Amino acid sequence: MLKYLFYLLVFPGFLFASVFGLIVGWIERKVSARVQFRVGPPFFQNFYDVFKLWGKEIILIRNTPYFIFVIAPIIAFATVIMTSTIVGMTFFYGVGIGGDLLFIIYLMVIYSIALILGASSTGNVYCSIGAGREMKMLISDELAFILVILVPIIQAGYKIDLTQILAYQSANGMIIGSASGIIAFIVGILCLQAKMGMVPFDIAEAETEIVEGPLMEYSGPLLAFWKLAHYMMYVFLPMLLVILFWGGMSFASFGSIMAGIGKYLLIVVLMILIRNTNPRVRIDSAINFFWKWASPLALIAVILAIIGV
Amino acid sequence: MSKCRIPLGPFHPLLEEAEFFDIKVEGEKVVDIEMETGWMHRGHEKISETKSYTQSIFLVERICGICSTSHPFAAAHAMEDVDNVEIPERAQYIRIFIGEMERIHSHLLWLGLAGHFIGYDTLWMWAWKYREPVLQIFEKVSGNRNHYAMFRVGGVSRDFDNALIPEIHPTLDMLEKKMLMIAGAAQDDPVLRSRLKGVGVLTKEAAINYCATGPTARASGVDIDVRRDDGLEYDLVDFPVRVLHNGDVYDKLVVRVLEIIDSVNIVRQCLEAFPKVGGEYLNKVKHISPGEGIGRYEAPRGEVFHYIRSDGSNRPLRHKVRAPSFSNIPTYKASCVGIPLADALITLAAVDPCYCCTERSIRVVDKNNKKLEHNLLTMSREKTANLKKAVAGSEKTPIDRIFED
Repeated sequence: MLKYLFYLLVFPGFLFASVFGLIVGWIERKVSARVQFRVGPPFFQNFYDVFKLWGKEIILIRNTPYFIFVIAPIIAFATVIMTSTIVGMTFFYGVGIGGDLLFIIYLMVIYSIALILGASSTGNVYCSIGAGREMKMLISDELAFILVILVPIIQAGYKIDLTQILAYQSANGMIIGSASGIIAFIVGILCLQAKMGMVPFDIAEAETEIVEGPLMEYSGPLLAFWKLAHYMMYVFLPMLLVILFWGGMSFASFGSIMAGIGKYLLIVVLMILIRNTNPRVRIDSAINFFWKWASPLALIAVILAIIGV
Repeated sequence: MSKCRIPLGPFHPLLEEAEFFDIKVEGEKVVDIEMETGWMHRGHEKISETKSYTQSIFLVERICGICSTSHPFAAAHAMEDVDNVEIPERAQYIRIFIGEMERIHSHLLWLGLAGHFIGYDTLWMWAWKYREPVLQIFEKVSGNRNHYAMFRVGGVSRDFDNALIPEIHPTLDMLEKKMLMIAGAAQDDPVLRSRLKGVGVLTKEAAINYCATGPTARASGVDIDVRRDDGLEYDLVDFPVRVLHNGDVYDKLVVRVLEIIDSVNIVRQCLEAFPKVGGEYLNKVKHISPGEGIGRYEAPRGEVFHYIRSDGSNRPLRHKVRAPSFSNIPTYKASCVGIPLADALITLAAVDPCYCCTERSIRVVDKNNKKLEHNLLTMSREKTANLKKAVAGSEKTPIDRIFED
């Protein structure tokens, strides 16, 4: 019991994911800055930002359902902690809880729904447009994301445990080495981009269009929850891809640990570069992209996986 | 689907200045747009009437922070127009040099902002990085990065130092190369193309009906360019007028990128001419006789127009300014309605609106905060006409008449 509490609250759950997430957030800002010929923020900038937000007041809007407004970021934060614990347990300890992939898919949807609920409760036009866009993003990337996850499940012999997928990979080679694996991996990175709301899929939050959209009315600690949850996604979503396609991380030797960190950082940097070399797409082109290109591509990967390529 | 009203402004990350757009949307589609100006009124015309002509030129330089030389250019034209002042050839070349360098930096600034508005922050930072050397050249030439204070009635206030020519050439070469790169990227990048191509189309008819000017009109196939149409200084140099025909945001971008390359070539022609053309750079004008004069100049955003009424004193009796955005901003009504919100916002930015330049008018409201209907254009014309009647045949300044009363 105590062990699981430790998993949940310290490592790889809340404490680790938030601290490491803020550090990865710094990497993101620094790499973006270097791509854009800027210097970038100091190492502790994200920590300053979050701690400062913690000290600010919460502004509530009169005549709106406060309860949903306040509970939405907490629910979202909880789902993110749970997901990072599940992914981290497999990544660092090799322990699974059984059926964890299904659980992750559900939790990711709950995060989006919490965002939509929190935004809709404010009655602000920017928030409602942002919520609408978030909903459209959810229905556009969800299918592709599930199809991508199906590929390792099928390859590992219809196992939905992350540990079993890892075991399959250590026995039969990495899934990314197969044709279906590489296709699913590429689509998977784009899905992560959409899940995290990064350019080109930051349509829901589009700062210059709808002023941070769903998060517009949030302030103080509640905004800190959203921001922290966003940064924590940087920790576990690339880890999830490493586990599903790239054989996870092994603690056998120093070299293998470095290789694991390298794989993780490679995915993060790839996402940051995609973010920095693309403009924001329109919501209809995003839906078009996921339904006409990404999902069929992922479907082809699934069929290839069933054939066994 | 019910209509939803999106207040864009007065303070919004899309707008670098305060401006209010009342956008009505159905879902994501814009069905109507209304503009409300008057948040940035600074009273330049009125202040100008209290300044001497030379000071007035420095005052109108402050109208726009980005195209800060266009207004002095047009104001100097207007003041010279009263007496048909001759400008020394060297001064003409210096004017062209300053004007074209400014066009380069203004278009680069727009390019960066446009990138930022569509979420492409890398393009933003890169465009502004290439803009930096241009500002440094300005600092070397005029002493200022912006607001160069180069214009005087009858010429320019400083000579151009010929020793700077070798320093400027590498920057021009760099700019030309980078602009070709950006033009290529805009053509090749499918995401950028899908975001800009066919978006916010302003048809040729609409551009003519709304009296669009500058790159906004030229991207819609209207062949106007004050530099070529009026001649004056610009007869000294060769340059093409870029006209494209689709009228979408993509064409507006391409027109501006091509104009940067053209401006680079014009600046090169000036640099070639500087060692050959010596002599005076300022034809000192002591007195501006009574009468009226108009001056036009092709600012980076379009035609800027200045009207000067002189009564023989050392300050203008009436100074009327029309900035290009005044006629470009209303084109939103033609280009934004019926397109998705995400596209409408880049369409707003694509005419490169400069709000505080435009707003020489204030919003008049009565006690109940209800708008009073005033046709400001008519009011302005009436004021000028009344002034004409008042000063016709009189050699005295209005201040004299006040003292007589």
